[in-house]
Parts: sequence; structure tokens; C-alpha cells
Amino acid sequence: MAVYELRTARPAPSSLRGPIHWMKENLFATPADIIQTIVIFSFLFWIVPLFLDWALFNASFVGTTKADATGTGANWIYVKEKMDMFIYGFYPQEEMYRVNIVFGLFFVTVIFFKYIARTFTQKAFIFILYPVISFILIKGGYFGFVEIPTDKWGGLLLTLIIASVGIVVSIPLGTVLALGRQSDLPIIKNLSVFYIEFIRGVPIITMLFMGSVLLPLFFADGVEVDKLLRALIVIIMIESAFIAEAVRGGLQSIPKGQYEAADSLGLGYWQKMIFVILPQALKVALPNLVGISIELFKDTSLVMIIGLFDILSMVHLTANDSNWLGMETEGYVFVTFVYWIICYAMSKYSMILEDRFNTNNR
Amino acid sequence: MSDENIIEVNNLNKWYGDFHVLKDINLKIKKGEIVVICGPSGSGKSTITRCMNYLEQFQEGELIVNGTTLTDDVKKIKQVRSEVAMVFQHFELFPHLSILNNLILAPMHVHHIPKKEAIATAMEYLERVNIADQADKYPNQLSGGQKQRVAIARALCANPKIMLFDEPTSALDPEMISEVLDVMMELANEDKTMICVTHEMGFAKKVADRVIFMDAGQIIEENTPDEFFNNPQSDRLKLFLKQILSH
Repeated sequence: MAVYELRTARPAPSSLRGPIHWMKENLFATPADIIQTIVIFSFLFWIVPLFLDWALFNASFVGTTKADATGTGANWIYVKEKMDMFIYGFYPQEEMYRVNIVFGLFFVTVIFFKYIARTFTQKAFIFILYPVISFILIKGGYFGFVEIPTDKWGGLLLTLIIASVGIVVSIPLGTVLALGRQSDLPIIKNLSVFYIEFIRGVPIITMLFMGSVLLPLFFADGVEVDKLLRALIVIIMIESAFIAEAVRGGLQSIPKGQYEAADSLGLGYWQKMIFVILPQALKVALPNLVGISIELFKDTSLVMIIGLFDILSMVHLTANDSNWLGMETEGYVFVTFVYWIICYAMSKYSMILEDRFNTNNR
Repeated sequence: MSDENIIEVNNLNKWYGDFHVLKDINLKIKKGEIVVICGPSGSGKSTITRCMNYLEQFQEGELIVNGTTLTDDVKKIKQVRSEVAMVFQHFELFPHLSILNNLILAPMHVHHIPKKEAIATAMEYLERVNIADQADKYPNQLSGGQKQRVAIARALCANPKIMLFDEPTSALDPEMISEVLDVMMELANEDKTMICVTHEMGFAKKVADRVIFMDAGQIIEENTPDEFFNNPQSDRLKLFLKQILSH
């Protein structure tokens, strides 16, 4: 028989921590690792300096016309000069301050929503107030603001409007669609399945074009339906289908026992869904939902096909300006950078949300 | 139906597709009775219990719970579910809600009890099951025994007349079984009707008014605990008792 003394914990030996150890573990662990590390780093050492030379060291920043460009690298003067168009589209210069207010209000709203509003009603109020105020400011025609018709909206402004309205509206609609697909009632279920599979089977560009042409037919003769509104409706219809599938995946991951526990407590269908099932299902579906939102953000460039000018089409437009021929590369690099920053921010936010929700998981 | 019977099962039959799961079940349970149902797996003991709050449906026969005849009628189902509470083998607490919120959800939204009152009642029941200090924690922070006690408190908050227990201790580590059984035995001393599917024969011997043995979808034998354990009549029950009581 043996009796053992209690031992106290010791910190790990230093060879198991620190940057040298990290490199050994992650970059040079096996021969295959070593080869990959060498290949990848060689590639980086070749291409990064080339890119930096073009983008930074030989680039021209100062000046107002194409002729002012002195270096052999990128001509960022073009981006500088056309920046207003990239961001605001055809929005008149004197009224641009209104858009800037809306951009600033976004951050104010986020702060209010997260830190100041406490109850559900307060948060809902702020959530609805911001779009209403934004609409009044950007569209105008009320409270003395000059009306700016939607065909003047363009660039990043338009991209953000389409993406945010698309995401915010299609998530609840997609959720309802997903519930419909689970339904026991054959009509609802079959309609939902048909709708989802149709949307998933047709290229987005086709639907944008078709929808834009067909939608006015649903309205009374002679009623001109705003082009942006048409685009928004079609985008919402498309994204709802994708969201529905993501939510369905989430719903399927919830054990039957949760449904049963809710049922046995006497909760009705919508109570069960809203209080018990959807909070859990949406958490599971969250990475997918953010992925869909990121794709939607990039898909907004497709509205070019129906004559709306998002930030990408502004590159085409401005690069065809006779004063700035041949500047597409700089334009695309710039827009790529903008897209990348926003998409990365969405990804990071998703990771933060996932972490926060993980603390509650079973 | 006599006033004394709070649950009445008449010639109930259930099929899963072609498989005859419940065969001619006839059962009358009196108000305040403590009934233990036991049997081998697949015997239908969980199934018949889950029929009593319509988690399972049946094709033939009649099931009357506290005066309401159970059919497809949503109103009747809701009525029954507001009077019957269930405790599950795998606890089924809602992981995204705190313990307290788990308890007040149904009282607030099904029984329309104002929030303050619901919280007070919930804390009372959490005290009773000795877990009031965990009210603000989340289910994944609790042990199995604690979770099941919370589940029992959650069932009690609905103020049910009938409590169904579906193998409440089968998923627990042995050292946690007694803390849950203790709570159940306390409940047995009040006027609640309890129907318990369990393998815990000690519990049955101590508090049951009646023990029912089921096998292959049928009720084989039912008796008082004394007679059931000391004087089994059917061969199948004799075999079952030998297997279950041998360790």
C-alpha cells in the first residue's frame, strides 16, 4: 500500500513557451512544414517588395491631374480626385454633409444601442430610429432638406445601403421561411421548399435583371417603381432564401428534447420558437449567417446590371473618364482594399459574437 | 369517469408505423397517487408516460387527464400541458437562459403571472430543492444532479397537478442520484400525483403507492410495492426482479 504526498503546481519550463518555441511548433515541426515555410516565405519575400514599390515607394500622391504623376508606381492622385465619387456617387457636393452625418450617426447609434439602451423596447426604438433618420437625411424632401433622387446615390453609400438593408431585412424573413420549411402544413412547406430551391438554382445576376423587369408589372400601370427599391426587394428575396438554409441547419442541430421540454411546459408554437429554439438555432447558424452577409456585401456589385452605380461600377465609370484613362488598376486596388476592410470587420465581429455566445453553451 | 381518477387510460394502442408499441393499455390513476412504472427497455413505459402530456400520440383508445379527453384539439392539449409537468432523463434545461429565467419562462408566458411574482415563486422552489444560490448561473455550469433538481423546480413552478418523471436519475452519476431522489421523496409527501418511470427500486419501495411492470408494450403486473417485490406473480416479473435486484 502506498500513500502519496500532495504536490503543488509549477510553471511550465521556459523551453515550452516563447516565440522560438512557437516557430519550432508551427513553422518547422516536420520536414513537410519546413519545406512549406521556405516556399511560402520565399514567395512573400519576392512579391511583397514588388507590391510595396508599386503601391507606396514609387507612387504619386501629390497633384490634381494625371500629368502631375511623376513616379513609375501607382497614381493615387486619381483615387484622391475621384474619392467623392467613390464614396458618394453622384450626390451633390453641397449636400454631402448629410451623408456624413448619417455615417457619424451610425457609430453614435451603436454606442447607444450597446451601452445606453437597457430594455428590449429601448433597443428596438433605436434600431428603428436610425434607418428612419438616415432615410430622411439622405433622401431629403422633408424638413427643408433638398430631395436627392435615388439615381444620384452611388459608390460606397449605395453599397452600404443595399448591403445593410438587405442583411437586416432578410434575416427575419429568412428565419420565417426556414420555419415554413419545417412546417407540418403541406402548402406552407412546399411553397417554402420551392421558393428556396428556385432562388438557389438561378444565378443572382439573372434574378436581379428579371426581378427588376418583372416587379413593375405588379404595381399599378403608370406607377414608376424606384430602381433602388426594385433592387432592394430582389436582393431581400434572394438573400432570405440563403438565410433560410443557414437557419434550417441551426434548427436541425437543436435536440428534440428542447422542443419537448418547451411543449411540456405548455409554450405555444411561436413562444417556443422565440424563447427557446431560435435563440439556440441562430447561435449555431451564426457563422453561416455572417458568411452570407459578407457574400451579400460583395454581391451588391451586381446591381451594375440594372443601372445602379455601386462603388465598383464607379471604378469603371471614372476610369473611362478621358482625363484619367488607364487608371483601372489603382481603382481596383483601392476598391479591393475597401471591400477587404469591411469584410474583415464583419468576420472579426462574427468571431466576437461567437465567443460571447459560447459562454452559455451546454 | 369517477371523480377520484385523475388519469384514465382506456384500451390505448399505439403503433410506430407497423410496430405495435403499446398494446391495450388500461390504467386508472387516482388523485395524489404515486405510481412507479418499471420494465426492460423497449417496454413502452416511457411511451405511455409521454402520451399523458401528448408528447406522443396514439392511434386507438382514450386518454383522459384531469377531466380533459386528449385529442388533436390544440386547446385541449394546451389545457392538459398546463396541468401536467414533466421531468426528463436528460434534464432539458434551456442552455441560453439563466437558471432563474428557465424557471420563470412558462409561468410568465403560459400562465401570465407577473414577473415579480414569478421570480418570487421560482426562488421559493429553488430553495426547496436546495439550489437557490445558483439562480443566476447557467445550466452548463451545474452538475447533473443540480441540473435535475433545477428541472424539478422548473416543473413545480407551473403548479402542476400531475408530475411525470421519465427516468429522472438514469443519466446521473451514482453519487448524485440520492440528492434527486430526496427531492422526489419530499414531493411524494405532498398531494401531487406522481408518475415515475425509473429503475430505482429503493425509491419505489419507500414511496410508491403502486408499482407497474411493463414489457413489450403491455402492462404485465401491477401491485402495491410490498406485494410487487416480495410476491411477484408473473414469470416475466420474477425474471426482471432477479436481474435488477442482483446487484
